[in-house]
Amino acid sequence: MAFDYAPAPESTAIVNIKSSYDLFINGEFTPGGGTPFTTINPATEEVLATISEANQVDVNRAVASARRAYDKTWSKLSGADRGKYLFRIARIMQERGRELAVLESLDNGKPIKESRDVDIPIAAAHFFYHAGWADKLEFAGYGSNPQALGVAAQIIPWNFPLLMLAWKVAPALATGNTVVLKPAETTPLTALLFAEICQQADLPPGVVNIITGAGETGRMLVEHPDVNKVAFTGSTEVGKAIQRQVAGTNKRLTLELGGKAANIIFDDAPIDQAIEGIVNGIYFNQGHVCCAGSRLLLQESIAEQTIESLKRRLQTLRLGDPLDKNTDIGAINSREQLNRIIDLTKSGEDEGAERWSPACAIPDKGFWFAPTIFTNVTQAHRIAREEIFGPVLSVLTFRTPDEAVEKANNTQYGLSAGIWTEKGSRILWMANKMRAGVVWANTFNRFDPASPFGGYKESGFGREGGVQGLGAYLNVEDPS
Amino acid sequence: MMNNNDRVEIRKTHKLFIGGAFPRSESGRTFEATNSSGEFLANMAMASRKDARDAVIAARAAFASWSKATAYNRGQVLYRIAEVMQGRAEQFVQDIQNSEGVSIKKATKQVDTAIDRMVWYAGWADKYAQVLGNTNPVAGPFFNFSVPEPTGVVAAVAPDSPSLLGLVSVIAPIVMTGNSVIAIASYKNPVPAITLSECLATSDVIGGNINILTGDPADIMPWLATHADVNALDLTGITNTELITQLESDAAGTVKRVRTAPADPDFYATPTLSRVRAFTEIKTVWHPMGV
Repeated sequence: MAFDYAPAPESTAIVNIKSSYDLFINGEFTPGGGTPFTTINPATEEVLATISEANQVDVNRAVASARRAYDKTWSKLSGADRGKYLFRIARIMQERGRELAVLESLDNGKPIKESRDVDIPIAAAHFFYHAGWADKLEFAGYGSNPQALGVAAQIIPWNFPLLMLAWKVAPALATGNTVVLKPAETTPLTALLFAEICQQADLPPGVVNIITGAGETGRMLVEHPDVNKVAFTGSTEVGKAIQRQVAGTNKRLTLELGGKAANIIFDDAPIDQAIEGIVNGIYFNQGHVCCAGSRLLLQESIAEQTIESLKRRLQTLRLGDPLDKNTDIGAINSREQLNRIIDLTKSGEDEGAERWSPACAIPDKGFWFAPTIFTNVTQAHRIAREEIFGPVLSVLTFRTPDEAVEKANNTQYGLSAGIWTEKGSRILWMANKMRAGVVWANTFNRFDPASPFGGYKESGFGREGGVQGLGAYLNVEDPS
Repeated sequence: MMNNNDRVEIRKTHKLFIGGAFPRSESGRTFEATNSSGEFLANMAMASRKDARDAVIAARAAFASWSKATAYNRGQVLYRIAEVMQGRAEQFVQDIQNSEGVSIKKATKQVDTAIDRMVWYAGWADKYAQVLGNTNPVAGPFFNFSVPEPTGVVAAVAPDSPSLLGLVSVIAPIVMTGNSVIAIASYKNPVPAITLSECLATSDVIGGNINILTGDPADIMPWLATHADVNALDLTGITNTELITQLESDAAGTVKRVRTAPADPDFYATPTLSRVRAFTEIKTVWHPMGV
């Protein structure tokens, strides 16, 4: 007999969502001059709140506020005092962790077990980690007197809203910069709750400014002449446009862009662990992960059995209410993204790949996509080349380690890679050959504030996290 | 020209250095290198789009083996370049005096510093990864480490002056870490770069790892900035802000890394690791710990 799961919904009572949200400039909430827009719950399509749109005047106000805070307050504080504010923020994020997790799942559609166990705790950890750096920068290897850059313009995506905020804001503040941050237009709510956290922490006004809006607001922020640093996480297409926008300026730039990671399984891999790693690699966060293991490279001798095991495992994944604690796959973040996934998976079928999904009830409302596997994929297929950013896995095979390397690196991207084998020397050999910024061996999708993250090639440049991440926000005097 | 013995000297043909060979420009074009008074020194090969693309192919091919060379080996190869340069020191001094019109004292200082700069970077080859990389204390049962790796193929523009020291200061940090380079010598003072090419050709450098083009960077660089197999640009020698803007914008097509030099650079001062960081990538590797 089958045992069914009882519903286990996380209560939303802990969150008090306002009907509308203003911009956060100079420590206060203030209406924007643009056209307000709504943010919805992608699992129900219900409107959660109306959000202010920042227009040019608002962008100017936010940058001016960040500049004033930099000149008058933040650059005059000691590193130790900056660190204390970051420690405060980290603690408040932990205190309000459940509230942040529920809000994140409501606005983004991700399963509560992920927002609760991954997004929010690691976001708080980023503030805790960087807090400790604030008064130790002269030990970080950037010379004896590294300086802040000034005002940082930061634009983040919708896949890990609060975590990406933390990756951006924590190092910027620790190194003495002030920030204007624009969250994604479909997931602004945890950033706006973070603004309240800044108020609770008594962070000096203007050190963190949060403006909401879509691409046009982002463009105005990037182009603002008083911005010293631009940090962007998002698509490679937009990243390239931003790199063009900042050409010829003295703005420093870091980009965290797309990926098409290979997850490589050798015939001696611990296969049960590898199956979990494959699932975690591509179905974690509905596959809305730039470093997702979206290309599965199986050694030929184990390909059939691995695909069978993988299909069996996928049949146990639970798709549905993001707030249910047993949910594995939540909602796709937006209709636009859902359409992109549908379009790319259709191209997979059209180009001759074989499609499979487990039997999976799809809720009536909201945006959903069943976990999907494509076999018979060739390297030329769009689903093997383009970032799908959804729960879709493309399976390819290889015979020799050299062929695995060749196929894994045959992409414009270079963000991450996975290697599964019991042979230590092969792990190190493969890790060395991967043209990718993060290599997970016998694991996948691990993140930590102490561990630098970022890409090779068209996956961007600069690192976030670790001692290397500090360099993105520091000015070091070079004689030549 | 005749020397004191009334012997007619054998002059040198000044050519490009691509893939370890000395071709003329495919375009058949040349330009005149002059001394500081505008008098003729030599006809230089005027590198074309095709020459630049040939250099990229050579650089990419060399990257495969050079990036795999051990750090100890890379250090020795750079040191070997310095050895051969030392043997050519007098010729470099003469080249610099002719090109830049500086005193023998200044030219000698430039040559000495350029050779020492090569040795400085040679010594970094088996150390920079220890300084820029580390293990990371992550919150979990994982061994996690970060190492710098070469970015790939870098196109670089040397400054007009100091012509030799500037060129060496640009090339050495790029190749030291395992990258390949296509370096464009000073358009104004190109002659010392040819002597450097001759040193490179006789000092264990893998053919194609270091390519030196002469010509107008404004002609050549746009082809390299839009070339999909170039990973990074070093715009040290470009001072025209419009051209910098164009090249930085072109670089976005394949998300190339771009480094520009500070205003009024001082090549005689001891460098920082900035150039090394600019053309390396940090790779982070995770592995679980357990029994």
